[in-house]
Amino acid sequence: MQRIGAFVCWCGSNIAGTVDIDAVTKSAADEPGVVYSAEYQYMCSEGGQLAIRRAVEEHGLTGIAVCACSPRMHETTFRKTAAAAGLNPYMVEIANIREHCSWIHKNRESATEKATILMRAAIAKLNLNKPLFPGESGVVKRALVIGGGIAGIQTALDIADAGYEVDIVEKSPTIGGRMAQLDKTFPTLDCSACILTPKMVDAAQHDNISLYTYSEVDEVSGYVGSFSVKIRQKARSVNRELCNGCGDCITKCPVKKANSEFDEGLSKRSAIYVPFAQAVPNIPVVDRENCTRFKTGKCGLCEKICGTKAIDFEQQDEIIEREYGVIIVATGFKPLSPERYGEYLYGQSPDVLTSLEFERMMNAAGPTGGVLKRLSNNEKPKSIVFIQCVGSRADAKKGKTYCSKICCMYTAKHAMLVKEKYPDIDVHVFYIDVRTPGKNFDEFYRRAAEQYDVNYIKGMVGKLADEDGRLRVIASDLLDGKQITIDADLVVLATAVEASPDVRALGTMLTASMDQNNFFTEAHPKLRPVESPTAGIFLSGVCQGPKDIPETVAQAGAAAVKALGILSKNKLIGNPCIAESNELLCNGCSCCENVCPYGAIEYTEKEINDHGNRNNRRVAQVNEAICQGCGACTVACPSGSMDLKGFTNRQIMAEVDAICRT
Amino acid sequence: MQRVEGEIKQKAHELLKSGVVSSVLAWKKGDLVYDAAPAFFKSPNALEDMVYNGFCCSNLSKYLIEKDSENEKVLVFLKPCDTYSLNQLLSNHRVIKDKIYAVGIGCDGKIDIEKLRAKGVKGILEIEEDGESLKIQTLYGDETCVRRDILLEKCLNCKGKDHMVYDELIGSELSEETALGDKFSQVDELEKMSSDDRFEFWRCELSKCIRCNACRNVCPSCTCRKCVFDNPHSGVNAKVNVTDFEENMFHIIRAFHVAGRCSDCGECTRVCPQGIPLQLLNRKFIKDINNFYGDFQAGETVESRSPLFDYNFEDIEPNVISKGRGIN
Repeated sequence: MQRIGAFVCWCGSNIAGTVDIDAVTKSAADEPGVVYSAEYQYMCSEGGQLAIRRAVEEHGLTGIAVCACSPRMHETTFRKTAAAAGLNPYMVEIANIREHCSWIHKNRESATEKATILMRAAIAKLNLNKPLFPGESGVVKRALVIGGGIAGIQTALDIADAGYEVDIVEKSPTIGGRMAQLDKTFPTLDCSACILTPKMVDAAQHDNISLYTYSEVDEVSGYVGSFSVKIRQKARSVNRELCNGCGDCITKCPVKKANSEFDEGLSKRSAIYVPFAQAVPNIPVVDRENCTRFKTGKCGLCEKICGTKAIDFEQQDEIIEREYGVIIVATGFKPLSPERYGEYLYGQSPDVLTSLEFERMMNAAGPTGGVLKRLSNNEKPKSIVFIQCVGSRADAKKGKTYCSKICCMYTAKHAMLVKEKYPDIDVHVFYIDVRTPGKNFDEFYRRAAEQYDVNYIKGMVGKLADEDGRLRVIASDLLDGKQITIDADLVVLATAVEASPDVRALGTMLTASMDQNNFFTEAHPKLRPVESPTAGIFLSGVCQGPKDIPETVAQAGAAAVKALGILSKNKLIGNPCIAESNELLCNGCSCCENVCPYGAIEYTEKEINDHGNRNNRRVAQVNEAICQGCGACTVACPSGSMDLKGFTNRQIMAEVDAICRT
Repeated sequence: MQRVEGEIKQKAHELLKSGVVSSVLAWKKGDLVYDAAPAFFKSPNALEDMVYNGFCCSNLSKYLIEKDSENEKVLVFLKPCDTYSLNQLLSNHRVIKDKIYAVGIGCDGKIDIEKLRAKGVKGILEIEEDGESLKIQTLYGDETCVRRDILLEKCLNCKGKDHMVYDELIGSELSEETALGDKFSQVDELEKMSSDDRFEFWRCELSKCIRCNACRNVCPSCTCRKCVFDNPHSGVNAKVNVTDFEENMFHIIRAFHVAGRCSDCGECTRVCPQGIPLQLLNRKFIKDINNFYGDFQAGETVESRSPLFDYNFEDIEPNVISKGRGIN
C-alpha cells in the first residue's frame, strides 16, 4: 500500500484565482492511499520543495502527487525533489490543474470540480506506480553533419575545433552550398566567395573533419549516442586518391552542352566537371547522364588525357557504414520555381530571371562575366523591375504561407549593385512590405531607396506582358491607389525559400518531425530552437526555417554547442518509461514489431515455462536502448502483453476509472 | 461436390498412409446430416467418418493453432474464404507454414440450416446437391430447394472462388461465387441512424448475449494465448459484475481487438446461438479502414500488412490521416 502525499499549488493567482485550492486539498485527503495533503503558494519554489521533502520524512510518504502546472514545466523539478527526499524519482505524478484547468476556465465552481477530478486521476495512477530505474548507454564521440553549406561547414568547424571528429555528407560534388552561388552579401556588400571559400578550405584541411561529397545518407538506425548510418558515396567515375585536380579532362571533354547547376542553368558545362573554380574538393565528377562514354560506349577522351590514370568508368557507388553520437541536419533550401505563376512569364521570356539567376549574372565569374544583359538580345537593359514575395506570404494553395525573410534584403542588395555599376538604369521594386529587422539592415535598405534612387513601389504586380520584346509590368500602386504600367527590359523575381521536398525521407529516417512546409521542427520554438524533438538530432540553418547568413552561422554554432553537450559525456542516462513485454502473454504475432517506428522490437524463439508447461515460443523482446517509450506497441498488442513502464495499461485504466467515478 | 468429397478423402488417405502428414483436419459426420463438425483424423481407418457437403461450413484454419507446438504436419482442407484466415494466421506467426499441408477445395456456397427450417423443411435425412438445386429427403417426404435462397449469411458476401494460399487444389473449378450484394449495405443503414437509435439497436442486440464465448472461440483472428477477458490483470475481465453495459462492451472490445486482422469470414455471426449480427461490428471497422487508408482485405497475402499494424516511412506524422495513405 502506498503512502501518498498530495500537494496542491496556487501558482500565485494563476491557479488559486480560478480553483478553490482549499477544497482540492481537503478532498485529496480522502483519496485512497493519501496520508497527507497540503497546499503552497509556489510549489516549485525552494520553500515548496522543502515542504515536500519534510512531508516525505515526517509522514513516511512513498509517493508524491503534485497538483500544479504542466509536467512539461516542472515534472523534472519534482522528480529531483523526490530523489532528494530519498524516493525513486518516478514515484511522482503531476495533475495539471493550470494549463488544463485554471487557465482555460472561468467558472470557479466547475474549475474546482475539474481540478479535483484531475487530482483524483493522478492519485489513482500513483497508487500503481513502481520505482523505475533508467539504463545507461555510451556515446560514440563522432558527429555527422548532413549538408555542406555554410550551416554544415560552421557546425562541423565548431565541433572539430572542440576536439571531436566530424563527418560532413554533402549531396553535390562540392561543399559550399547556396552561399557559394551568391555574388555579394548584405548588409556589407562583401564578396560571398571571399568569405566562404576560406571556411571551405578550413573544413577540408581540418584534422577532425572528413568530407563525403557527392554522397547521401541511405539509412539511419540507432539512437542518441549511438547512431549507425549508411552513407552512399556516389560514383564520381574519378579516383579521388589519384586525381590531382589539373583539369585536363575538363578541357578535353567534347560534351559542352550540359546545364551548369552552379550557374542555375544560365551557362553550359562539360560532362566531366567541377561545379566552380574554388570547389572543395577540387576533384571532377562525371555526369553519367550527359557523358558520351556512358551514353554510347564511345569517347573516353578524359581517360586518355589523364596523366594520373584517375578516370574510372567502372567505379561503383560505395556504401560507408559509420557510427555517430549525434547527427546535425543542415540540408538548407532551394529557391521555389516560379514557373507555376504564369503571370510572371518565367520560362516564357528569357528576360525574366529568378533572384538566384540574377545573382549569378552579376557575379564576375558568372555566365556573363558579371555583365548585366538581356538574355533575349544581349543588350544592356534600360529598366529593371524587381518583384518581391514571389511565392512567399501567399495562401497555401498558391505558394508558401510564410515570409522567406531574406528577399527584402537581397532585393535591396541587387538594386544597389545595379545602380552602383550602371547608374543610368532605372530600377523599380514592387513590395508588399519591406521587412528589415537586423543589425544595419534598415540603414541598408534606406541607402538603396534614398541614396541610390531605387524606385520602391508598394503594390503587387498583376501580370507581365511581352510587348515587342519589352516586358510590360502591369501593377497596382497601393499608396497612390491606382494602376500603373512600367516597361521593363529585365524582371527579377524574388522567389520564396523552400525546403526541398526530398528531405522528408531524411526526416523519416531520422524520426525527426517536420512541419507542413518540410522544415524540420524544433523541440521548442523559443527555448530549444536548434534541437529536434528526437534526442541526438540537431538543426542547423535554413532546414529549420528561412534565415539569412548571419543567423544561419549563429544557429550553426548553437547546434554545435548542443551537439558537444552530448559528445562530451561518457554516458547518457536513458528514459526508464519504455515498453516491456510479458513473455507469458506474448502471441508472437509481430503486431508490435510492425508498428514500432524505432525498430526497437525483435522476436526470438525461446523456451517458455508457462506455469510448468514448457514449450518453445516466438516472443517479443524490447531493446531498452532503442525504445523511446512512444507506446505504439502497447496499443497494437492484442493480448496486452506489451506494456509501457510508467504508463501501464492498468495505470491508465485506473485514471479513467477515477475520472468516471461519481 | 460429391466428387470432391471422394477426391479429398482419397488425398487424406494417401498422405496419412505415406506418413507425409500425421493428422488430417476436416469435417466429421454428425448424428444428423447437417451436424458436420471439424475434426482431426489420425488414421486412414478413421477417414470413414469424414464428409464434405453443403453443411461443412466451419472455417478450419483456426484449429491449426492447437497444433502449433507439436512436431507434426497436418493436412487441412480449406474453402476459398478460409484461406484468407490462414494467411492472416501465417502472417501473425500463429501457424507455421511448414507444419501444414493446405489443400484448397471447391465451394459453391454453404447451407444455413436455420433458413431451411424457416422454409418449413424439417426432419432432414439426406441432401442431394446438384449445383443450384437441392433435393432434400425428409421424414415427411422429398423437398426441393434453390441454393441461393438458403445460403449462410457469410456466403452472401462471398469473397470469390480463388484460394489465397494452398499447396494443392481439388475441385476448385467447381467453385461458384455466391455474393449477392454489397457487404457494407447493412453498415450503411446503421450509419444513417441517429446515434440514439443506433445505441438502442446495439443495446437490444448485445443484451441478448449469454457470454458463451462461441464467437471468440471460433474467430480465426482471436488467437491470443491468454485472452484479455480471461486475464485478471487486464482490467476488463468480469466487468459484468459492475453493470450489464460493461458486458455489452465485450463485443465492442473484441471488435477493436480484431480490427485490421478480421478477414470478414463471418464465423462469429454463424455460431452465435442468440443470432446477434456480430459481423456488422467488424464490417464497420473494415469499412472505416478502407475509407481512411484505402481498400484493404486482411489475409489476401501473407505479406500484406493491415494499415493498423504497419509503420512506414510516410508515417512520420502519425496524427495525419489521409485517404489512401501518404501525407498531405
